[in-house]
Amino acid sequence: MTVETGAFFMRDRRRHPPALSPSYKTSVARSPRLPLLSLGSTMSEITGPVFGHGDLGPLDNDLIRNFASTGDPVGERIIVHGRVVDERGRGVPHTLLEVWQANAGGRYRHRNDRHLAPIDPNFGGCGRCLTDETGAYAFRTVKPGAYPWRNGANDWRPAHIHISVFGTGFAQRLITQMYFEGDPLIARCPIVQTLPDPAAIEALVAPLDMNAAVPFDSLAYRFDIVLRGRRSTFFENRPEGN
Amino acid sequence: MPQPLDYLKETPSQTAGPYVHIGLAPGAAGFEIFHNQLGADIAGPDAAGERISIEGRVLDGTGTAVKDVLIETWQANAAGIHAHPADPRHGEVEPGFRGWGRVVSDFETGRFVIETVKPGAVAGPGGRPMAPHISLWIVARGINLGLQTRICFADEPEANAACPVLGLIEQAHRRETLLAEPAGPGAYRFDVHLQGERETVFFDI
Repeated sequence: MTVETGAFFMRDRRRHPPALSPSYKTSVARSPRLPLLSLGSTMSEITGPVFGHGDLGPLDNDLIRNFASTGDPVGERIIVHGRVVDERGRGVPHTLLEVWQANAGGRYRHRNDRHLAPIDPNFGGCGRCLTDETGAYAFRTVKPGAYPWRNGANDWRPAHIHISVFGTGFAQRLITQMYFEGDPLIARCPIVQTLPDPAAIEALVAPLDMNAAVPFDSLAYRFDIVLRGRRSTFFENRPEGN
Repeated sequence: MPQPLDYLKETPSQTAGPYVHIGLAPGAAGFEIFHNQLGADIAGPDAAGERISIEGRVLDGTGTAVKDVLIETWQANAAGIHAHPADPRHGEVEPGFRGWGRVVSDFETGRFVIETVKPGAVAGPGGRPMAPHISLWIVARGINLGLQTRICFADEPEANAACPVLGLIEQAHRRETLLAEPAGPGAYRFDVHLQGERETVFFDI
């Protein structure tokens, strides 16, 4: 495997939510107000943690089984799959994905979640996997439910799965949320609407993928993830940090 | 029309939310599921160098501690080498040293503790050595895109004065926002201020 050492492309911050997004109230007191300091990629940014199969257990990517004790969790069985690529379209192999979500009733297994929907004794709500050599990944779960949250007086989150991904350098570190095609709550969600660009919102909506569904077992959704690209090192100045 | 440029666009960020622990530190969420908790041990048992402990809080613009923050750390070992194949000397890193960790703030107090070894200097822009530092990536409810900053060490005045990254900070007094203050043998204190007069310097990397 070729080790990439090029600097990362400049991040297009218009693609991301601004730190201060008043409709998402918690962001107001938690958003930096001074300009970020631009820093080229140094060795500390082009490198990042490396994970291997020894870090994972055999059921880690199967949320239907990885916490089950008395049977399968309640809910619509789904497969979520896709590829992790960079902005040049190249697969990002052997990188760690971690996911977490509410159960089918919209309740998280978390000491701070007080939503009245019940905990599912057979559902933990988290999973993790490594991409393969092409950047492909898959996990199996139940479709999460929508739930109310304290922001406006009657704000509800659309069904979503949180996804964390590493890439090859610490500057690629990303957390996002995957939404489901056709959910009418997407357009009403203050967190989704922190994204100023409608095309960016569409990039977070996973389509139903019947070709990946398992008949009489599970539906499927496809969600591709794009991490920052990095420069090739042709005609490069001496890479910073080397 | 010129040929089209076929670059893809980065997937947009969304907040990690209040339940980030479920996915990244399930023990903190209140349950055990995996056979390990990734990021619990930054340096491993055999790493050379000074063992240090950095304690702090993340404070919001009202001065209130953020009690649902998750911080990832990334650093070189005591010899200034990263455990990553892009570092030409990565084969010299001690077995068990990953250099990456995760800490979560206490749900009651907001206090976090980073336990690791003090990193060595790493070459930076133009080959000039950067002051010993630990890179941070900070996520929480209300943070829409992970915040990137660094911890440097106040007891390394010469390395800090020569550091090409600290030198990029135009307002000299703001460099202090990146300095962990000694607080006893092997102990440091480092608070992150998300906004306000003492706002921490965050990076666009």
